[in-house]
Amino acid sequence: MMKPVFRIAAGGAMVLACGLVGSQAMADAGREAMITSSCFSCHSIDATGNMPNLVGYPRDLMISQMQMFSNGSRPSTIMDRIARGYSEADYVVMADYFATIEQ
Amino acid sequence: MTDLTRRSFLKAAGIGGMTLAAGWTAAARSSEKAHVVVVGGGSGGATAAKYVKRFAPEMQVTLIEPKATYHTCYGSNWVLGGHATMDDIEQTYGALKERHGVNVVQDTVTEVDPERRTVTTAGGATMNYDRLIMSPGIDFRYGAVPGITEADAERVPHAWKAGEQTVLLRRQLEAMPDGGVFVIVAPGNPFRCPPGPYERASMAAHYFKQAKPRSKILILDNKENFSKQGLFMAGWDEHYGDMIEWLPSSEGGQVEEIDVATLTAYSDGGFGEFKADVLNYIPPQQAGVIAQRSGLTGDGLWCPVDGKTFESTIHAGIYVIGDSCVAGAMPKSGHSANNQGKVAAVAVIRDLAGLEPETASTANTCYSLITPDHAISVAGVYAYQDGDIVSVEGAGGVSPAHAPAPIRRMEAIYTKGWYTGIVGDIWG
Repeated sequence: MMKPVFRIAAGGAMVLACGLVGSQAMADAGREAMITSSCFSCHSIDATGNMPNLVGYPRDLMISQMQMFSNGSRPSTIMDRIARGYSEADYVVMADYFATIEQ
Repeated sequence: MTDLTRRSFLKAAGIGGMTLAAGWTAAARSSEKAHVVVVGGGSGGATAAKYVKRFAPEMQVTLIEPKATYHTCYGSNWVLGGHATMDDIEQTYGALKERHGVNVVQDTVTEVDPERRTVTTAGGATMNYDRLIMSPGIDFRYGAVPGITEADAERVPHAWKAGEQTVLLRRQLEAMPDGGVFVIVAPGNPFRCPPGPYERASMAAHYFKQAKPRSKILILDNKENFSKQGLFMAGWDEHYGDMIEWLPSSEGGQVEEIDVATLTAYSDGGFGEFKADVLNYIPPQQAGVIAQRSGLTGDGLWCPVDGKTFESTIHAGIYVIGDSCVAGAMPKSGHSANNQGKVAAVAVIRDLAGLEPETASTANTCYSLITPDHAISVAGVYAYQDGDIVSVEGAGGVSPAHAPAPIRRMEAIYTKGWYTGIVGDIWG
């Protein structure tokens, strides 16, 4: 199992409603969950397909690979078309997340 | 969560019951005890159920699906082509139950009451929900073309919901004599799996080329162009010569009547007459019947939703995902449904926790096989903008034209890898 798992429910509500600063953190968690879970459609978190496994992928390598797909310097069949749909900030969100999860 | 464990939870959180703000109590109670019901265990619904549990394990999630096992529509054309089996495209609900803690109920939802927030099933159960995610897929609009009804689907299969219909069409193709004509009647937009009819023609051609090479495939189309058209046509030319013929609506492809007894399709007021040996009529479509019955389609055929969260714009508290919803630029594909399931999961959890909605970010990837070693793809990345779901500019698009064979072969390898990956993401 991966860890840590996304937790955006009860914990978030607790922080917010107790009046603590936390809304920004939770908003980021939402965006992180949204973008990275989209990657798992092909790059299965259980590594079941034949797409590269992103779990534990080195952070800086992830960012540079996405940049290279996007600018065409790394040839690909489809990732060039997909990488161009995300911003540099999104690449960082993805990279930070994938680097921290474990199988 | 029981009262006892709830008290322990609060104690562990270091917060005394007396000091709780009323708002927090309400939020915590709603998210702890919330019951999310998901209707439909296809690509959208199964994903939503799994991801609600992944993101918020404390929630109670019930998935209601009529079938014990599910055959994916994607991959079903490979079965028709003879290089995959029904077992290869069969998915089950064991992992959702045992690994992810989803309560899977094998039943059919017959009624949704958006006011009382209940669903009723054919089995007689009535269930309360806090939030409802509906992924009922498509229903067919028999009646659009005179001469054919749903009762004729045994003789003229649609094979547009995978399962028995897939097996039936495969048997008909196997029984067809060499030199026969396989006619596919393709619907107008929008419909489930836009490249599907053309991949189907490709897979039938692959089979015919080996087993009955004098046969022909005719696509009668109710539109003027289709998904990945240039790539399909170039691939047909390269691999199948003139075996596949495509007629757009303006050139006699718009079928106006079907004679089931003689397997004949008519167009242009009878001027066009096409006799088939095997006839595959893919009817025009609309949102699944339960969506219509629940009023979620409004005055139209599909369910309008808020593109940010996939919450119905007609009934609050109900989220509609997959083929049955209107999702802006996103095509009606299994991959789209899978991504929308994740958006709905995030949206439901945040809503129950009293958080602002997160803006949807989704992607679609769709592979089509022209031969088992020649695949093409289309991809899209989507964002929410000005109230609509739009394609991110500069991203997405189809495989390059004139790519060398190794690239097509690589995409064919990724086609199978995509399948394994996404069914793992949905049902694994």
